[in-house]
Amino acid sequence: MLTVFLQFLFSGLTVGSVYALVGIGFNIIYNATSIINLAQGEFVVIGGLLMWFFTESLKLPFLLSAVLTILSAGLIGLLMERLTIKPLKNADLLLMIMITIAVSIVLRGILMFNFGKDPYVYPPFTEGEPLSIYGAIIQQQTLWVIGITGLCIILLFLFFNKTIVGKAMLACAVNPTAAKLVGINVSRMVMLSFILSAVVGAIGGMAITPISLMEYDKGPMLAVKGFCAAIMGGLGSNRGAVIGGFIIGILESMTAGYIHSGLKDAVALVILLLILFFKPAGIFVSKTMLQLRKF
Amino acid sequence: MKKGDSLVFFIFIFLIGLLPVLSGSTYIMTVGVFAGINALVAIGLCILMGYAGQISLGQAGFYGIGAYVSAVLSLHFGLPVVVSLILAMVVAAMVAVILAVPALRLKGHYLAVATLGFGEIIYIILNEWGPGGPSGFGDIPHFSLLGYTITSTTGYFYLIWGLVAVVMIFSLNLIHSRTGRALRAIHDSELASNAMGLDVVELKIKVFILSAVYASLAGGLYAHYITFISPSSFSLFYSILVLMMVIVGGITNLWGAIIGAVVITVLPELLRRFEEFDVLVYGLILTLSLMFFRKGLVPILVEKIKKLRGLAVVKH
Amino acid sequence: MLNIKGIWKSFGGLMALRHISVDVKEGDIKALIGPNGAGKTTLLNIISGIYQPDKGEVFFLGRNISNLPSTKIARKGISRTFQHVELFGNMTVLENIMVGRYVKTKAGFFSSGLKMPYVMKEEKEIQRKSEEILEYINLAQRNDELASNLPIGEQRILEIGRALATEPRLLLLDEPAAGLNIRETRNLGEIIRKIRKELRITIVLVEHDMELVMRISDSITVLNFGEVIAEGTPLEVQKNREVIVAYLGEEEEIQRGYNAHT
Repeated sequence: MLTVFLQFLFSGLTVGSVYALVGIGFNIIYNATSIINLAQGEFVVIGGLLMWFFTESLKLPFLLSAVLTILSAGLIGLLMERLTIKPLKNADLLLMIMITIAVSIVLRGILMFNFGKDPYVYPPFTEGEPLSIYGAIIQQQTLWVIGITGLCIILLFLFFNKTIVGKAMLACAVNPTAAKLVGINVSRMVMLSFILSAVVGAIGGMAITPISLMEYDKGPMLAVKGFCAAIMGGLGSNRGAVIGGFIIGILESMTAGYIHSGLKDAVALVILLLILFFKPAGIFVSKTMLQLRKF
Repeated sequence: MKKGDSLVFFIFIFLIGLLPVLSGSTYIMTVGVFAGINALVAIGLCILMGYAGQISLGQAGFYGIGAYVSAVLSLHFGLPVVVSLILAMVVAAMVAVILAVPALRLKGHYLAVATLGFGEIIYIILNEWGPGGPSGFGDIPHFSLLGYTITSTTGYFYLIWGLVAVVMIFSLNLIHSRTGRALRAIHDSELASNAMGLDVVELKIKVFILSAVYASLAGGLYAHYITFISPSSFSLFYSILVLMMVIVGGITNLWGAIIGAVVITVLPELLRRFEEFDVLVYGLILTLSLMFFRKGLVPILVEKIKKLRGLAVVKH
Repeated sequence: MLNIKGIWKSFGGLMALRHISVDVKEGDIKALIGPNGAGKTTLLNIISGIYQPDKGEVFFLGRNISNLPSTKIARKGISRTFQHVELFGNMTVLENIMVGRYVKTKAGFFSSGLKMPYVMKEEKEIQRKSEEILEYINLAQRNDELASNLPIGEQRILEIGRALATEPRLLLLDEPAAGLNIRETRNLGEIIRKIRKELRITIVLVEHDMELVMRISDSITVLNFGEVIAEGTPLEVQKNREVIVAYLGEEEEIQRGYNAHT
């Protein structure tokens, strides 16, 4: 009993980590621009598939592949912002939503063209015996996923709270006009937010692919779940996104394990709708935070 | 309908009548049937987006509900197809109410994601509990009315485009009425609309229901025409396809929805050779039209015509 | 007809209105004046239901309307204009007025789609009445233009026309003269007086243009820092010490009120 439960719990934490990273990706862009980037899921897919391409197809060493994947993802984020978001500056919300959807389809199209419709996988980052806790088996890659997620969160925290650039990005979110007045280059911050969130998404994809495989059309579902994680704690809060990600991951793997695997995606969707309908501002958010929000 | 619309409508009916006569080829008729089905869904989304300013990424959900409910009712419960089609629309309308009441309080992004989530839930439900699961089911009865059953593609072409015409008349009447004006007003300024005493929420819900009903009618017709359905026709991709039709044709003009539906339906036929590209091509079309032809084909065309006319007047 | 009783309203830590009571008599033109940030627009937003008061009540024709949403208040016969013009910019001048007729007509969703005979009759009536209103506010020659293409002066007049189309008993005007030149302001004053006299509509006016206020209003309430500091006829208010003091601290404000458009 306990063994099975723990097994589900760990697998929930693993996928939950990726949802948390997607959620954080949403937050980074939302905080700088008030845009929800619906192409966020594609960044994760790009991470996984490019990593496969560099390690398995080009047979490059692991570290070099990882660096190349991150750089490419960053570049894609940059291109997306410069080619589509920036030219549409000040367009209405409906258009902004649609353009991120359009970009996600383009990205999916490119991925399908290059990688086809098959799922891809590569070996875990480290070979070795899995750990065992009360009989539940934990793959080493699981630790990598959770560890990398943790590291990302800490680095992002330091970035936003301790560096000038990070603080400037937050300032753009709170008041772009004021930020401009004090000499912050808002346009560059927006660009940076897309690069950063693409990189965060790609890192998640790189880490999870050895466990759950990756295919070209996984993006939308990842985006929906990541969004769900992000709004659980209130859009914009990274801590909320992490907790939300884990909750969704765990519920999903419990549903798959105890009820029916076909319903695992439905769980996140139902939670998503319930939150949107009843507490769109998030479940664990203070009232004062709410008043500061735009919508 | 307005004067200009009546003229366009006449040409439209003329073309529908003429096409099967000019070319009886089953292939062209089949593409025409699908274009008509898509046009029904697109008209609904066009009113919702272009006039009420609400986004939906879940039209495939209503399309799927229409197809499955009508197919199951006629196949397993032996109901006449017309009755099952109507019941399917009723079911879709009820689902739309349940979804709309909480969802339409949401703005922009949240509504987009909520409707997307709804569409995906329907997709999962069809996969898990729909007859035949992911592989779907067949033997769905053909459309019949008063003892006469339609089986030929040309028959469906007339039926479906006839319904497109009816839906179009209803929709044009609606948007040029008190209600339509109110919708456009809400789109422009919700603050002022409230101050003018418009039932903002109620109107949004009604339009949302209307778009769901159109989509479910299309879904039902699709099921009875093709007689075999599986969940894959009702995925997120279809919702996005419909979105594309509306945008390419022109979000602020109902005729745009029809033109967009025809273009987007014919396009993959032309692109058959590049099958691996299709997703990419769709994505690029959507991106480019959002960036450079934001108004869409029909409004741009209308402007051109007006300009030409203006020139002609000046010459006189 | 409008009785505001002990209204309190704060935003976060900022106290915008403290215990405001104002009465407006039927048929009056009542002006609310006061320095920027005195709470005039906030009070207007509370009357029209955009904000809900923290404490206190608003009575309209004897009915408590303090917690009604703005849509319902509009249907009860209170219409308004906005400080930052809120027209339906993508619609024509005539259509803007026609939207105003919404509350006075009833063609439903389905009957509109089916174009039932009564709908067509009503539609003609809406059109006729709206053209009449445009005639009344001297904008008839503009009826086919997009509202957003009008100069600001005409936009403000159009906003008043749209409000009139709802056949209100009470009309709230939020700085209708802002951005208008002297000639336009005069014309506006004429229209406001005409509306009161011919249509017997009660008017509450928030305005910085003192000349306009003194010329057209029957009674003035002066707000400062969220409190009523004086009330009375234009003459009484002009002589009131407290008002002078409040405005002396804001001499520029008065200057601006008088000279902004010269």
